[in-house]
Amino acid sequence: MNHKTKKIFTLGIWEDNAIYRQILGICSALAVTNLMLNAFVMSLGLIFVTAFSELTVSVLRQYTPKHIRMMVQTLIISAYVIMVDLFLKAFFPSISEALGPYVGLIITNCIIMGRCESFAQKNTPVYAFADGIASGMGYGIVLMLIAFVRELLGFGSIFGINILGDSWVSWTLMIMPPGAFFMLAIVVWVSKNLFPDKSDKKGGAKA
Amino acid sequence: MDIHPVTIFFAAIFTNNMILANFLGMCSFIAVSSDIRTSLSLGQAVTFVLAFTTIINYLLYHYVLLPLQLEYLRFIVFIIVIAAFVQLVEMVIDRYFQGLYYALGIFLPLITVNCAILGVSLFMVIRSYNLVQSLAFGIGSGLGWLLAIVAMAGIRQKIKNNPFPKGLEGAGITLIITGLMALAFIGFSGIVTLQ
Repeated sequence: MNHKTKKIFTLGIWEDNAIYRQILGICSALAVTNLMLNAFVMSLGLIFVTAFSELTVSVLRQYTPKHIRMMVQTLIISAYVIMVDLFLKAFFPSISEALGPYVGLIITNCIIMGRCESFAQKNTPVYAFADGIASGMGYGIVLMLIAFVRELLGFGSIFGINILGDSWVSWTLMIMPPGAFFMLAIVVWVSKNLFPDKSDKKGGAKA
Repeated sequence: MDIHPVTIFFAAIFTNNMILANFLGMCSFIAVSSDIRTSLSLGQAVTFVLAFTTIINYLLYHYVLLPLQLEYLRFIVFIIVIAAFVQLVEMVIDRYFQGLYYALGIFLPLITVNCAILGVSLFMVIRSYNLVQSLAFGIGSGLGWLLAIVAMAGIRQKIKNNPFPKGLEGAGITLIITGLMALAFIGFSGIVTLQ
């Protein structure tokens, strides 16, 4: 692993983390984190789609006319999302049902579009692929963290295995929508204090 | 499923609110909710686009994709319809309704990547709504989104100058307020239930 790849990974996973640093792609981060299994499958799907979309965009970057590149990127992303959707439907029908529309909504996940536009357009395929995996992992780690707290407090279990015993009174609030908002707010808050933004320009919400 | 369209309409606004219950359209919800007037314009644009794209997607899905057994292509078809429709609307209102263009124009490109639009079309397929139900669901979801973002903009304008704990400014406090709003909207859940 050379220097540039290493840098891509530290940036993607920690310093420029899509969720708590750039506030991108949080729709699905909130929706699928009530169970760790759902969050895990969603993260794997997103890593796959981001990595291969970035690879494809990067390979095609010299042949794509500039003014239609958004459309091309969207179509590339949709093609990979369809693969993930068909794969889940065929092999894991129950998870596919639990995730519902959120698998399809990977298409509009701003992380992928953002990385394709800002990184894959300017870099060689190998680095673009690495960057896709890195940002996907950054997303996945935050998702698993939120899902861990929500499932533990909401159901008393981890990956469906009961941990806290029968005497545990489940916090129903944690598995309902408000719990997701509060958890994400806490993650954003803690991470902003743990990793203060050096340039102090990237902070805040972006579309 | 034979839920009355009016029921679906109100459920989409209150109990199954796009933002507060389904977490869709969060990106622009957090980014654009700092001013009441702009969030009202964005909400109107979202409602308008939702009403039409839901109908177009419904017709395409049931009369083109299903007969050809191409339903797995629905993601691509839906996103193309949304992107094309947004582009078309932008050109039409730029040409004929200049006033409206200045109110909505800059937000239209943002709408293509608003997951609420694609989400409504996907929910419509998953819950197998008919045409009238889909229309009610589309408009209701749009109004629900508008309600949530305008309420949020109102709260954010009020607390603009308040001191926050370090690190909580901006996105953090917005998420906490959204959580409180979602908590309040759970109070509606006795009225109607979807799914």
